[in-house]
Amino acid sequence: MSELTKSVPEEQGSDDMAAAASTIPMAGGIQDHFRTYMQRVRGGDMGSLPATSGLIVLVAFFWIAHPSFGSLGNLANLTQQSSTSITLAMGLVFVLLLGEIDLAAGVAAGVCGCTMARVSAGYNWPWPAAILAAVVTGVVIGVLTGLLCAKVRIPSFVVTLALFLAFQGVNLWLVNNGAGQKGNVSIQDNFINSLYNGEMATWGGWLLAAAVVAGYAAVKITGQAKRRRAGLSAEPIVIIGVKIGLLAVISIVAVYLLNENRSINKTSHVVNQGGKLVRVPGESLQGVPWVVLIIVVLLVISTFVLTRTPYGRHVYAVGGNAEAARRAGIPTDRIRLSVFVINSFLASIAGVLLASQHRSVDASQGAGLTLLLAVAAAVIGGTSLFGGKGRPMDAVIGGLVLTVIANGMSDLISGNNGSAYQYIVTGGVLLLAAAVDALSRRRAGSSGLA
Amino acid sequence: MTSESILQLRGINKSFGAVDVLHDVDFDVVPGEVVALVGDNGAGKSTLVKCIGGIYPIDSGSYVYDGREVTVHNPRDAAALGIEIVYQDLALCDNLDIVQNMFLGRERKTGITLDEISMEKAAQETLRSLSVRTVKSVRQRVSSLSGGQRQTVAIAKAVLWNSKVVLLDEPTAALGVAQTAQVLDLVRRLADQGLGVVLISHNMNDVLQVADTIAVLYLGRMAAHVKRSEVDHTQLVELITAGRSGSIGMAPSSTGATS
Repeated sequence: MSELTKSVPEEQGSDDMAAAASTIPMAGGIQDHFRTYMQRVRGGDMGSLPATSGLIVLVAFFWIAHPSFGSLGNLANLTQQSSTSITLAMGLVFVLLLGEIDLAAGVAAGVCGCTMARVSAGYNWPWPAAILAAVVTGVVIGVLTGLLCAKVRIPSFVVTLALFLAFQGVNLWLVNNGAGQKGNVSIQDNFINSLYNGEMATWGGWLLAAAVVAGYAAVKITGQAKRRRAGLSAEPIVIIGVKIGLLAVISIVAVYLLNENRSINKTSHVVNQGGKLVRVPGESLQGVPWVVLIIVVLLVISTFVLTRTPYGRHVYAVGGNAEAARRAGIPTDRIRLSVFVINSFLASIAGVLLASQHRSVDASQGAGLTLLLAVAAAVIGGTSLFGGKGRPMDAVIGGLVLTVIANGMSDLISGNNGSAYQYIVTGGVLLLAAAVDALSRRRAGSSGLA
Repeated sequence: MTSESILQLRGINKSFGAVDVLHDVDFDVVPGEVVALVGDNGAGKSTLVKCIGGIYPIDSGSYVYDGREVTVHNPRDAAALGIEIVYQDLALCDNLDIVQNMFLGRERKTGITLDEISMEKAAQETLRSLSVRTVKSVRQRVSSLSGGQRQTVAIAKAVLWNSKVVLLDEPTAALGVAQTAQVLDLVRRLADQGLGVVLISHNMNDVLQVADTIAVLYLGRMAAHVKRSEVDHTQLVELITAGRSGSIGMAPSSTGATS
């Protein structure tokens, strides 16, 4: 046996590899880092690179084609319009990570919104109770979906298709029964309505930007220092600096622009009031919309859960190889159930925002394209439909891409054809994203990277 | 191989419905030794391994581990005892890296967050202790590894958990010549570190090269458990195909009865 333990013939061949192995974990120069990154991109692991570059191209295109696309008012519109599908998509990322789908998330959001509107406008519950009712509804829906998929083991596609139909009925019932208005329930509560439509004070926006940048920098720098102290390969400090700098620039520019007065009548002007000319003072519409804060908070929490906790690790494991996860002692059923609960919880928030957006709910709440656009957002952002790959950030980037397309197209082409082209382009972009996903998987298979 | 055995199975029976898969099987694993478990297709090798690993409950028989009679209900029980199975299909998550796979299901935590640094160091040390030098970085995704490297990671996982018994199900089945040599080398090193290693293999060369003792299953019965030095290739093939070879193996009547 001793000749075995000593060495095998190809050991010589792997000596240079061994030498490389001893240097790589310690080094971590910028070039190394860059080379590894390029290797990953070429191997098909592009993350949100296609979506981010697509977003930049789209913004540039629409801005040039139609300068008012870049107006202050439209900038605020974009952030608000994207918020509902981003929230919904963030929940779907969890479900997609397991290779499952929730076709009912949109109408589930509708059910939550209708519940909130009914108890708020019909029964005069205060806003905290009304929002809580929406969230509880969402969690109950999630538990129901999760049990049917994980315990009864009906394919999620079928379960959620059935629920998609059923929930439309529930919506119809909710808007036509109980106290208060029937058919179209308008929400009177100012807090609920300003969730979507309201803005933070200007100092609030700056505070948010400062918190985001400082928090990101703190996490990155302490993490890097810890790894360095432990003698492990760490991200080069220059790269970290560039990332923090980039985030700071984006945050500052965004907050600065959103804090500018974007009202159309911002200067004082003269109006005709009852035959008399009266000078009225300029109106003020400024500040970062509240939805930005909501998205940032949800993004930070869900990213933390997925990347820093054992639970998140188990979600990726079950999505990557459920059998391996089961053998490693991970309760795969409970993980499967939990992602549906998280998804419906986030859908309930999206439902609250949708109701807030229109200041009312009706029977078609959350139906139609709501869900499909959210799935598209997650996939365009880089989340795989095959499970095991995706991040909450994908939902944000993908949601922005879709909103920019919808918003830009409607500016560009006025008249009836606007929405015709918009559907076609949105569909095309989704196909493109799915193709990138599928091709990068194939590429990953052949190059050994995924 | 009685008193010093870490794992001692006596009179194990297992049937699936009307089909008797294991019949009065005795099996021993000794620390520091590689025992090869061989047998034709359907002889019951995989079933025996799954009974040991707690995936199938045994119908009857005694399961003595480290001198204590124990009952193993599920893979977690087996893992808690220090029994680790490395499956043929490897059971690694392609989308996770080496560290994440090695600690899967047993992550180290500080508070509620993952303790990546200590896990990464432990994974590095384990691979180093096994003289694994073919893996570039422990933060590589498993999907980027070759078959031999994957097998190495799966085996290293067992070592990381201070397992006392490691069962390897066809570890070289899908590997090339050089990678097979690497893995067999690793199997030997595991035993040299004092672990009890069970190697299931169809490849007689592998078995004869690395095993200390060889257990032969024939139609659900333990036909023979012999020292490596007592048999040669031809005898081994006879034992596998007929249940006996000369004076070794089952009595002619019992082989006749089962066929």
